[in-house]
Amino acid sequence: MTALGVAAAVASGERTARSVAEDYLERISEGDGGIGAFNLVLAEQALADADRVDAALGRGEPVGPLAGVPVALKDNLCTRGIPTTCSSRMLEGWRPPYSATVVDRLRAVGAVIVGKTNLDEFAMGSSTENSAFGPTRNPHDTSRVPGGSSGGSAAAVAAGFAALALGSDTGGSIRQPAALCGVVGMKPTYGRVSRYGLVAFASSLDQIGPFGATVADAAACYEAIAGHDPLDSTSIDQPPEPVGDALTDGVEGLRVGVVAELCGGGRQEAHRNGTNGSPASGVEGVAGDVLSRVQDAAGALEQAGAEVRTVSVPSAVLGLSAYYLIAPAEASSNLARYDGVRYGLRVDAANAAEMNVNTRTAGFGAEVKRRIMLGTYALSAGYYDAFYGKALRARTLMLQEFAAVYEDVDVLLCPTAPTTAFELGAKTSDPLLMYLNDVCTIPSNLTGHPAISVPFGSGDDGLPVGVQVMGPALSERLIFRVAAALERTAPGDGSTP
Amino acid sequence: MSGRISRDEAAHVARLARLRFSDDELDELAAQLSAVLDHAADVEALDVSGIEPTSHPQPLTDVTRADEVRPSLERDEVLAQAPSVAEGQFRVPPILGEAP
Repeated sequence: MTALGVAAAVASGERTARSVAEDYLERISEGDGGIGAFNLVLAEQALADADRVDAALGRGEPVGPLAGVPVALKDNLCTRGIPTTCSSRMLEGWRPPYSATVVDRLRAVGAVIVGKTNLDEFAMGSSTENSAFGPTRNPHDTSRVPGGSSGGSAAAVAAGFAALALGSDTGGSIRQPAALCGVVGMKPTYGRVSRYGLVAFASSLDQIGPFGATVADAAACYEAIAGHDPLDSTSIDQPPEPVGDALTDGVEGLRVGVVAELCGGGRQEAHRNGTNGSPASGVEGVAGDVLSRVQDAAGALEQAGAEVRTVSVPSAVLGLSAYYLIAPAEASSNLARYDGVRYGLRVDAANAAEMNVNTRTAGFGAEVKRRIMLGTYALSAGYYDAFYGKALRARTLMLQEFAAVYEDVDVLLCPTAPTTAFELGAKTSDPLLMYLNDVCTIPSNLTGHPAISVPFGSGDDGLPVGVQVMGPALSERLIFRVAAALERTAPGDGSTP
Repeated sequence: MSGRISRDEAAHVARLARLRFSDDELDELAAQLSAVLDHAADVEALDVSGIEPTSHPQPLTDVTRADEVRPSLERDEVLAQAPSVAEGQFRVPPILGEAP
């Protein structure tokens, strides 16, 4: 059942919130042993929350639009008094003294929090294999990764363990796992959703967003969490537009651009064609079957009345390099707070500096250390201008080129991830190969623009493919509308394994 | 694989980042970071004359509020999460002495 279906059934009295919560908790206890989506299941709290919803309904009080809907939270969202680990030894056992604004907002509209989901440690990764507590597996094929870093949230929705989930997206960490797990995942405009209580990775890129089995479910979740928050000084101080009522509007007359550079033609292809050394014309590694689905999606939109054309954003090929300088630089600064003093792990020593080193060496996993090292290097004397400074200017170039292309088209279309879900362990020994998963999602983080991944058919291996719709800043209403049109024409039902 | 970063440079960066690695780990890190920097040669080669840097996707302005007393986090709840406390404060090993 969809999240909106659950909400309607609870609101009408057809189901009690408690019976819904019991169903989902049972599915988790039966099925999550083989998936590993959850770090923590909040059975007791979920039932208590569900009872509160039922009691309110019994008294005839109005309940919110997500009343009784089971929701999973990525375990980098703070929950007061409830362990929040970021899947790191560094925060094992930590109980935050406050909750994230998004958590308060979801509970205020009646959502029932069923648990905290697994992620790549501190949200750094693209496969959820960098978790201190073990990997999450893809519900469509448990030998494959669910993507990452919000792999637990994507898998929880795909497996029916939660009707909705929240993730965070710094370089694609909502959209890429959504694509690999065959669900809808959306990154709002930077600042549209409060980051208060989201454990920081890269502060100029991080944004919280929804997962749902359908576009309408994701839209309802987005509406519940969007809006200004005085506790996040970067949150946008203007009311968000509704999006749910636009989903049936269709795409007649809309101008859709397929981004040539994000549809492949990159270095690997150039190498194969013997033209290595000349500037790459597009990002590397986009698989043929994924590209076919994007072409199918473009055709479907054209069939539905949109005007589709190919557009060029040359600087999009610089995204990966710029991101893997900017994000680690910000991370190296943000993660300096894990020093063994105020919370989390401490490994003691005779003096404070040694204690800092002992704690950080024992508490962080290999990928987190790698990113801290990369970021510290990029910011260090002698390299700042050559790498970090240039990456910030590549970001400007990208903003300018996207602004220019949005003069000609309303939305952009491209793959979400370059391939379908890959085997566990396939990319863990080569960090750069893993980073290439993010080539198509990174541009929206660097520009701060919204983007959504919607399932659209499957690859040659039968696994789900996601296509990505991107729009200019604050175009949530538009990209949800286009995603809904794609969902209506998508081949097969890629949403449930 | 290029050697953009040597073991000694990696060791220097590790000291800045308050991390400790074995020599083997430093060699592996140096190689992996070199590969990422090789990939970043496209950004490194960019002609950026006349392009301003963007450190943030939205125009940021200072946000102020009225200077009024408001409730903040519960002190006991905050201190309960610390590895070591004394007299209502965070307790740490001596900060003076030999650096690591």
